[in-house]
Amino acid sequence: MIRLQTPILESSRLKLRAGDEILLSGIIYTARDQAHKNIVEALKNNQELPFEFENQVVYYVGPAPAKPGMPIGACGPTTSYRMDPYSIILMPKGLKIMIGKGDRSDSFKHSLKKEKAVYLIAIGGIGALLSKTVKSSSLIAYPELQSEAVYKLEVEDFPCIVAYDSLGNDVFQNKKA
Amino acid sequence: MLSIRKDKLITTIKKMVLEANFRLDKCVIDSLRSGLEKETSVLAKNVLENILINSNIAAKENIPLCQDTGVAVFFLEVGNELCFDYSLEEAFNEAVALAYKEGYLRKSMVSHPLRRINTLDNTPSIIHIKLVMGSTLSIHFAPKGGGSENMSTLKMMTPASGIEGIKQFVIGTVIAAGGKPCPPIIVGVGIGGNFEKSALLAKEALFRPLEDEAKDPLDNALEKDLLHEINKLNIGPMGLGGKTTCLAVKVNSYPCHIASLPVAVNLQCHSARKSHVILDGETI
Repeated sequence: MIRLQTPILESSRLKLRAGDEILLSGIIYTARDQAHKNIVEALKNNQELPFEFENQVVYYVGPAPAKPGMPIGACGPTTSYRMDPYSIILMPKGLKIMIGKGDRSDSFKHSLKKEKAVYLIAIGGIGALLSKTVKSSSLIAYPELQSEAVYKLEVEDFPCIVAYDSLGNDVFQNKKA
Repeated sequence: MLSIRKDKLITTIKKMVLEANFRLDKCVIDSLRSGLEKETSVLAKNVLENILINSNIAAKENIPLCQDTGVAVFFLEVGNELCFDYSLEEAFNEAVALAYKEGYLRKSMVSHPLRRINTLDNTPSIIHIKLVMGSTLSIHFAPKGGGSENMSTLKMMTPASGIEGIKQFVIGTVIAAGGKPCPPIIVGVGIGGNFEKSALLAKEALFRPLEDEAKDPLDNALEKDLLHEINKLNIGPMGLGGKTTCLAVKVNSYPCHIASLPVAVNLQCHSARKSHVILDGETI
C-alpha cells in the first residue's frame, strides 16, 4: 500500500506501477461528462479554468447529495471511457492524474504514455464506503450542472489502484481472455 | 369500486425507492460472499470485501449503496378490477420526486438527450404497465444505473445464427464491457419477440429473483452454459481478473417472426438494487 499526498509531483507519479494499491489524501477535483465538455470549451476560448491542472488529480464522480451534517453523499467513480475524447485534449495541457473505473480506448492509452500520465481506478458501486474518506467538499464551478459540477474535495486515505502507469503498463491487459 | 388510494400508493412507492437504494438484496449479498470464498487473487478479494462492507454502511446509515441512484424503472401489473380516478403515471413520478429529494438520492435525469438539462427531481420514471386479471397492483422497482446500461446491446440476428450465435453475441457483449459495468454483473438476455420486445425481455429478466431459473429447458440450459462460460473469461470483480465475473444469467424468451432472431443483452452491475410490493385493491 502506497500513501500519496496531493499535489503529486512528477517524480512520485512516474514511480507508480500498474497494480499498485494507493491511499490518497489531500485535495482532488471532481469532473465528469458535462464538466469535461465545459473545461475543454473554456480552454478553446482561452477562458479561465476552474483549477490549475499541474500536479492535481481529477476524480470522475457525480456525488449523491450530502445528508445534513455530512460533507458529501455516496461518491464512487463513474465509467472513465466517456471522458476519453476530452482527456486526450487535457493531458497535454497538464492534467496527468485521473481517477475513474473501467478500461479506456487505445487512443487514450497512446496519449497517456506520451504524456507520462497515470490513470487510477477506484472500486465502483461502493459510494457509501468511499463517502467516509471525504472530509470536506465545496462547489467551485458550473453549479448549473448539479451533481456534474466541479467540486473540490478533501480526502483522507481514499483507496485506489493504479490501472495504467506512465510507461503504459495496464492492470486490465493480462486479465483479458 | 376497487382502487388504491393515491396517498397510500405514493407512500408505498417512496418506501420502495428508498429501500432499494439503501439495502442490497440478501441473495446478492450471499452470492457475493460465495464469490469471495472462491477468489484467490488479492485484488479480486479486496473488491468483493469492499462491496460487502459498503452494503453494511449503506444499510446502517441510509446512504445510497451507489451514487448512481439510477433511472427509476417500474414494471406494473394492474388488475382489471382496479379503477383509478387519478393518473398512475403522475402518481409514480410524484413519489419518485419525493423519494429522491427526501432520501438524498442523486438526480440523474436530463430533460432532452442533447440539451442535457437536469430535471432536478429524477423524473420522468420509465414505467411499463401490463393489464392482468385480478384486484391487485404489483409493483416492481429498480434504480437502473447508467454504467451497466451503457454496455447493453441488441442485435437482430437471423434464425441460422442459432444458439451458438446467441452465445457468441452475449459473451462478446460481456468481453467488450470488461470492467466498465462494475462486475460481478448479472446478465439479462431477451430472445425473440421483435426489436423492442427483445429489449423489454432482457430488462424483465433482470427483475427476476437472483435464484430463479428459467422454466423452459432450452432457456434454462442457456442460462447455465452462459454463466459458466462468462466466469471463465477472467474479467473478475471490476475487471481486475478473477473467477467472479457474473453472479447470474437470466434468459427470457418469446415467440418471434419466421425471419427473425432478435437478441438483447441488458447488463446489471453488482449493486443490483430492486424492490417488489403487491397492493390489494380496497373498496372506496
